[in-house]
Amino acid sequence: MFNTVFPYLLSGISVGGQYALIAIGYTMVYGILRLINFAHGDVFMVAGIIMVYMAASGVPLLVCIPLVLLLTSLIGFAIERIAYKPLRTAPRMSVMISAIGVSYTLQNLVLYITGGLNQIYPTIPFISGSVTIGPATTKVVTVVTPILTIVLVFALVQLINHTKVGMAMRAVSKDFETSQLMGININRVISTTFVIGSFLAGVGSMLYFTNYTTVIQTSGAMPGLKAFVAAVFGGIGSIPGAVVGAFIIGIAENIIKGLDIILFKAGLIAKPMGLATFSDAFTFALLIVILAVKPTGLFGEKTIDKV
Amino acid sequence: MAKKKWDSASVLSALVILCLYAAVFIAEQLIPPTSMLFTVLKKGATYALVAVSMNLLNGFTGIFSLGQAGFMLIGAYTYAIFTVPIAQRAIVYQYYNGGVVQFTLPVFAAMLLAGLVAALFALLIGLPVLRLKSDYLAIATLGFAEIIRTVFQWDKLGPVTNGSNMLRLFPTFNDFNLRNAQGEITVYLSTLVPLLISGVCIAVIVLLINSTFGRALRAIKDDEIAAEAMGIRLSSHKQMAFCVSSFFAGIGGAMLAMYQTTVQAKSFTTAMTYEILLIVVIGGIGSVTGSCLSSFLFVACSEWWLRFLDQKQVIGGFEVPLLRNGFRLVVFSIIIMIVVLFFRQGIMGTRELPDLFRKRRSPAKGGEGK
Repeated sequence: MFNTVFPYLLSGISVGGQYALIAIGYTMVYGILRLINFAHGDVFMVAGIIMVYMAASGVPLLVCIPLVLLLTSLIGFAIERIAYKPLRTAPRMSVMISAIGVSYTLQNLVLYITGGLNQIYPTIPFISGSVTIGPATTKVVTVVTPILTIVLVFALVQLINHTKVGMAMRAVSKDFETSQLMGININRVISTTFVIGSFLAGVGSMLYFTNYTTVIQTSGAMPGLKAFVAAVFGGIGSIPGAVVGAFIIGIAENIIKGLDIILFKAGLIAKPMGLATFSDAFTFALLIVILAVKPTGLFGEKTIDKV
Repeated sequence: MAKKKWDSASVLSALVILCLYAAVFIAEQLIPPTSMLFTVLKKGATYALVAVSMNLLNGFTGIFSLGQAGFMLIGAYTYAIFTVPIAQRAIVYQYYNGGVVQFTLPVFAAMLLAGLVAALFALLIGLPVLRLKSDYLAIATLGFAEIIRTVFQWDKLGPVTNGSNMLRLFPTFNDFNLRNAQGEITVYLSTLVPLLISGVCIAVIVLLINSTFGRALRAIKDDEIAAEAMGIRLSSHKQMAFCVSSFFAGIGGAMLAMYQTTVQAKSFTTAMTYEILLIVVIGGIGSVTGSCLSSFLFVACSEWWLRFLDQKQVIGGFEVPLLRNGFRLVVFSIIIMIVVLFFRQGIMGTRELPDLFRKRRSPAKGGEGK
């Protein structure tokens, strides 16, 4: 039993870590702007595409990695400045539509550049090799991801709790207008948030695409949505919540992918049910249940609406 | 109030619409049916209906729903499942022994059923989802559309939905053409009928918007708490709006199935919902006329007018740079971003067709509304 479940559990933890890195971007932006940044999943995908093209143009990988992270952060910064900043006083629906527009634009831009073909992701030497843990053989990236995720999240939490920028971020997410009155440069805080979010999405994309090996213009949509669900599940605005939510969703999704085989080996079902189809649907079903039962998520703060 | 309903502007707009229909009918008899014009009109009619149904939620009720593709999928599948001719079922459902549904419905009955099934799903999904706030509601309806897409592809449902294989060979728009005994087409109606169907549906929505119910929806959009204080029951009104919108999205889905001649669940993606949302935004959130206009513009640009951007163009020996497959969509997205950022009113704002013929109303007389 354990031998059957273990490989799925392992890849679940790995995918969970990758979702966590994307989910942080969602949750931080939502915490501050109250905006679902629909384009975040596409920033993640664009990071993958930049890596493909940069590696193909002969830049050594060790230079590629920091350069990709830098460019991804810049893209996040630019998106905020171009598409969200002009709408700061507009109704929330307009900003969300703008986010959807950015997502549409990024996907079409990548479609144009790649010609709509799957791009093979370059192999990053240290994390692409195989490793055997107990009964399972996987890529090194599977093991590296959760560790790297925890380290990055720890660093981020330190940044938010113990630096001046972090304090400003917390203030802005508590009360937008008052923090402005206190002399906080709102635009700088928001830009920083987008840069951090995109940076983490860039790291996430390296880990994710090392695992899945191909990038296409739609690759960002599904991980993006799932990461958002993870952020909602953990309580939007809460970073530990997003991470816990992402791990739970990653594991649940992979267990469902293997549910047929697991149930079959356990003797509970006689023949495969095709349940693997539901691995994506489960995430969204979970979202609807969470929203209906406990909209604040696992660690979210309760908000009170004043009339 | 009832006496003053048909002022000259309304009559004039009715005439304009009638003339457009007549023009389409005449054009269809004269121009070869392979012309791009008809493709655009057919697809435009479909998108116009779906866009207006989405506008009913997003523009008039203030419910930001992103589930339109899911309801279209339900409509398209319902229509296709019940109209594939019995003789063809063995071919279509070749992996599932001809499927379980062994009867067919008339085309219009199947379309109606498509709407009703979509509305039923909306009723069920609305119970938990409509209590949510703006952006949570958006993401929950989006998730619902994704679930529907997966469920319809499930192998176990294959005898009904044909699994992940496509449904085909059902009646399409071309079957609306009148034929003589020899099977030759005598009167071309394949463009006019879809335009009529979508026109009738949109007219129903317009009547609904201008009724007491529609005014209640607008009150909800403006201020939920105030609307509730005025005695409008929020949950039942929202639920109703959601069902009506889904009903017409379902019919739109059935029309899309007829337009495409095949149905496959995997094509009803989130991107489709986004496209429709962008149509609504370009037309003006809260304007039915705007949604219709921008649907035809959107379809015409993407299928016809901007096609040249996808091919190499040589003007006087000079090859225009950048033009290759996909460039059309890039140009398109940039136009959309410009509209979203700088022309948030869209083409029409909240104005309707009759407003174009009226002189600017003085604010003092505006108490009656429309």
